[in-house]
Amino acid sequence: MKKIKPFFLSKKVFGYPYVLFMLIFVIMPLVLILVNAFLDTDGYLTLENFKTFFTEKSSLVVLGNSLLVGLITTVICLLIGYPVAYILSKYSSGKILVLLFILPMWVNFLIRTLATKAVFVAMGVELGMGTVIFGMVYNYLPFMILPLHTVISSIDKSYIEAAEDLGADKSNVFLKTILPLSVSGIISGITMVFIPTISTYAISQLLSNGTIFLFGDSIQMKFEQGLYGVGSIMSIVMLIFVLISNFLMNKFSNNMQRRTIW
Amino acid sequence: MVKKILEKAYIFIILALLYLPIIVIIVYSFSNSSNFSFAEGFTFEAYKSIFTSSKSSALLDAILNSLFIAIVSSVVATILGTFSTIGIYAFRRRFKRAVLDVNQFPIINSEIVVAVSFMVFFSTFAFPEGYLRLIIAHITFCTPYVVLSILPKLESMDPNIYEAALDLGATRTQALFKVEIPYIAPGIISGFVLAFTLSLDDFIITQINKGAATGINTLSTYIYSDARVQGLEPFWYAIFSIIIVIVVALVLTINLYKVRKQKKMLKGGEL
Repeated sequence: MKKIKPFFLSKKVFGYPYVLFMLIFVIMPLVLILVNAFLDTDGYLTLENFKTFFTEKSSLVVLGNSLLVGLITTVICLLIGYPVAYILSKYSSGKILVLLFILPMWVNFLIRTLATKAVFVAMGVELGMGTVIFGMVYNYLPFMILPLHTVISSIDKSYIEAAEDLGADKSNVFLKTILPLSVSGIISGITMVFIPTISTYAISQLLSNGTIFLFGDSIQMKFEQGLYGVGSIMSIVMLIFVLISNFLMNKFSNNMQRRTIW
Repeated sequence: MVKKILEKAYIFIILALLYLPIIVIIVYSFSNSSNFSFAEGFTFEAYKSIFTSSKSSALLDAILNSLFIAIVSSVVATILGTFSTIGIYAFRRRFKRAVLDVNQFPIINSEIVVAVSFMVFFSTFAFPEGYLRLIIAHITFCTPYVVLSILPKLESMDPNIYEAALDLGATRTQALFKVEIPYIAPGIISGFVLAFTLSLDDFIITQINKGAATGINTLSTYIYSDARVQGLEPFWYAIFSIIIVIVVALVLTINLYKVRKQKKMLKGGEL
């Protein structure tokens, strides 16, 4: 083993530029956000931004709205997506059908959202909370189906047979065998829908004619208005959501493969 | 039996709902109207107006910008990602894990936070507005995906292969370029394709970092700026249809190719 070491040592050199690159372009921007949260518009240290964010009604309304839309969207996606993933896992042609569910995801979300909006307008549906939630479900349903399908179709069939042999009826097989075994899929489905939904930019604006703003829109607006401090705090709140969800996802799927994109 | 029919019907209905807006857009792209009527009958007017509209040149600029940014950033991201992954793989365990964790950051983070953090970063250090900012941002969020698609290939590679090359008289550079890189090539290619699509598809990071004064638009930011103000003109129906058809064809081709390759491998054609 000792003999190999020099080769590895020389290869390491290739990795250092990227470490530096990430320090500058990944870590540094996030540190700047953190710093900006404690600065007022003149660049002095202050805690005023926190006060503004946590007492200002409008930012709390946005937070509340985002959580509400995120929650409803996630629940609907789970209710629609679980049966889809479950049914697809039973068919041998399931893989191709899964592709059909993912296919729209490759079309840019703006195009899909504008298409949905055009259909709503043509049908005379009033744009508001309902259409926003529809748009979110439409956009993020594939993110729910994909991890669920991966997990459910990898469940060893003999578990189900064993449950049946031991006298469980169909509903018990589902509730006590399949459902518990698919928890990791449910968790990653939930986080993959909830986080993008609350942090989304433009979808809710477009589908509500600018009446409903979610967290993502509001972060962008704060920065556009030059309110870097409050915007930074909102970004940090968002970051905390992301980290918590990622932690949960890793915890429940520690022996699953890392999140893949295809 | 009834259950099976119900199950199939359920899948069908959800799929139909999912595709409804897309199909509606394609159908009415032949009507030259924005209010979903075939008053003018079946016509290619909307498609013709892509080339004759007053927006044609702005649209062409936007498409070229998208392609330019996507090509530059995905090529740089692929080269950076390839060498970095080889380097990272040789790091000691704990350092390797830490680096890979940071590598995950741009992937798990929400796009809007990535976008505004870049904005703050660029304006703090006074980067010149325009292509430079966009390309740096795109390289930063694409490279992690390249690293992640190469890493499994590297992990599956037997280190003896590399050593054998050295024992047979290859220099380290030769062993790297003639043995190791060809071995991980499939990962490099899929990383490149992924980086290219992600860059092309990006809206949020580009929108927030393009700078209002520069007038640079990519296809997605141009769609947003135009359609948000005036709603969809017939001309957009035609463009959306073209994009949808291209995307669907590409994704299907890539996937069919993958399935065929897998089948070949199972038959023992490879390995």
